Amino acid sequence: MSGEPLLKVEGVQTFYGNIRALDGVDVHVNRGEIVSLIGANGAGKSTLMMTICGSPQARHGSIIFDGEDITQQPTHLIARRRIAQSPEGRRIFPRMTVYENLQMGAGLDNLKYFDEDVEKIFTLFPRLKERQSQRGGTLSGGEQQMLSIGRALMSRPKLLLLDEPSLGLAPLIVKGIFEAIKKLNEEEGLTVFLVEQNAFAALRLSHRAYVMVNGKVTMAGTGRELLTNPEVRAAYLEGGRH
Amino acid sequence: MAQSPATENSGLMAQAVKEALVAAAISFGLFVLYVGIETYQDINNALVWRTRWGLLAIFVVIAAVSRFVVVGFIKPHLDKRKRDKAKAGIPEVSDGKTFFQRNFLKLALVGLLIYPPLSVMLAGTQGSLKYVDNFGIQILIYVMLAWGLNIVVGLAGLLDLGYVAFYAVGAYSYALLSQQFGLSFWVLLPLSGILAAFWGIILGFPVLRLRGDYLAIVTLAFGEIIRLVLINWTDVTRGTFGISGIPKASFFGIWSFDVGADNNFTKAWGLSMSSAYYKIFLFYLILALCMLTAYVTIKLRRMPIGRAWEALREDEIACRSLGINTVTTKLTAFAIGAMIGGFAGAFFATRQGFVSPESFVFLESAVILAIVVLGGMGSLTGIAIAAIVMVGGTEVLREMEFLKHVFGPDFTPELYRMLLFGLAMVVVMVFKPRGFVGSREPTAFLKERKAVSGSFTKEGHG
Repeated sequence: MSGEPLLKVEGVQTFYGNIRALDGVDVHVNRGEIVSLIGANGAGKSTLMMTICGSPQARHGSIIFDGEDITQQPTHLIARRRIAQSPEGRRIFPRMTVYENLQMGAGLDNLKYFDEDVEKIFTLFPRLKERQSQRGGTLSGGEQQMLSIGRALMSRPKLLLLDEPSLGLAPLIVKGIFEAIKKLNEEEGLTVFLVEQNAFAALRLSHRAYVMVNGKVTMAGTGRELLTNPEVRAAYLEGGRH
Repeated sequence: MAQSPATENSGLMAQAVKEALVAAAISFGLFVLYVGIETYQDINNALVWRTRWGLLAIFVVIAAVSRFVVVGFIKPHLDKRKRDKAKAGIPEVSDGKTFFQRNFLKLALVGLLIYPPLSVMLAGTQGSLKYVDNFGIQILIYVMLAWGLNIVVGLAGLLDLGYVAFYAVGAYSYALLSQQFGLSFWVLLPLSGILAAFWGIILGFPVLRLRGDYLAIVTLAFGEIIRLVLINWTDVTRGTFGISGIPKASFFGIWSFDVGADNNFTKAWGLSMSSAYYKIFLFYLILALCMLTAYVTIKLRRMPIGRAWEALREDEIACRSLGINTVTTKLTAFAIGAMIGGFAGAFFATRQGFVSPESFVFLESAVILAIVVLGGMGSLTGIAIAAIVMVGGTEVLREMEFLKHVFGPDFTPELYRMLLFGLAMVVVMVFKPRGFVGSREPTAFLKERKAVSGSFTKEGHG
């Protein structure tokens, strides 16, 4: 974990019209880490995720990825620098088959690795192999989440952004998906930045974590530290005793 | 459900009669002013009105009888069949296809290729004009336009209500450039396409951020702007008078179809003078253009740009996060759709020999869009069928002389074509809400196609 972080967000402010959604956020993600961002509804977690992807763009501050400033770049060029996103609400292509969805993820640059990569995704999520010629929209929620992550992985990302992968899923499915993320990180050294409401699962999975409140990062530490922190426990882990 | 079949049946009949009376009342209310009363000018040029109770009665009776038959006989029959099917547990999708279903496209192409000689054989050289020109060419022009619009609406999901503008650009490009500079059809065909594509991009830029309803309104306005420019820019377009005497296309410059030319086709082949040969040539020309359009569409769908269009239709945000440049993707969809419209326009101009703004009204855009929607967005086969039904159907109405015996000698069936057009749309949308061919063909498979039956995909596990 030496040298420059893979992603460095410094003093980022993002606005929706006149409303400030992010108020000077500093976050960094080192190579090979799983970092999670937890916080209540409306804290700005997803906004940070979207700002990293350039939609909306940050008004102040800078976002450095792999040594290059991507703050003012359009979304599709940011994606081509191998930042893959599994967006909130999964956003798979409902009328396209599972296989076609994965193909869309590969883009143009990675078509030569396509067969190899698809096999890898199918080994990671065997469920998707069974469903490969089915339309994305006919999958269950858990399968759609697997497809969304699989599609993001098809671009051979340096950094994987996951926005609420556990949203609306049964605990058992969430466990399976988190295990897959852990496996990717351990075996392939994939760097993951994770936004989660399911704080307990996210903190246990992560090397480090940030807590976000009202557009600001209020706490940072290793996953274990935050898990045992009384404030975090009270606010996010024990059923919202504020 | 302890009723005996007899009482159940009489109850059904009573309900059928009741609904028939309601249908009669509604149709009376609907048609009393439109059909029951007619205005005309008498000898003194004064507008007077007379009643047409007989015709109105026929309309009302048709509505009542149809409703009676539907409620009393057709619906119970369909329900029974559905119940039987559910009881027997027959899956909806059967794998066995007949020879006809498997080779439908090949048969259709062969049918189109032998259509002109066949109609010459059956109806004679002059008689074939009607079938080749009014039916064949007319339908194929709409097939091509609808396939072009399909790229914009069906694949890329951008609702375009002003498509006829590109058709107009193509037609006027050919008309003006051929008259002013004497260029041949074969030079101007690609040029018209390029000019139309250029206008497609010009339209594309301001509407990049728009979607759905907003996009529809702007494209609608764009179509009207082009038409109004054509009407008012009289120095160039001669306004509402239109441009006449547009040169005919030649057989790749080898044979001409102009009557006075030395290398006239009929003279060269020693045939009797008839415009039928030109029409047959045009038929094959538009058929070739349609095939080109279909080929391009099918090829593009398998290429990254085509897949990007479809992904754009599904989810724009996901597209961007996958590294797809949505700006160029939208602009290429507009440009290629417009280019095909431009080709069709150039063909239209050379076929008619005359263009005027009258041909490019909003109704044309609406008809083309209706064909795309009825056919099933994205499906080439479905759209072709819809074009045949819609355009061919209105042409057939002209032929329905026997209706005059039913409705009286003043009855002109083609005046009712819009009514039938609307009726057909309602019927299709009720029974097939996704169009004739509603399912989308996947373009990519792992190794080989694996058939997944419809009953299997309905269930989601996990």
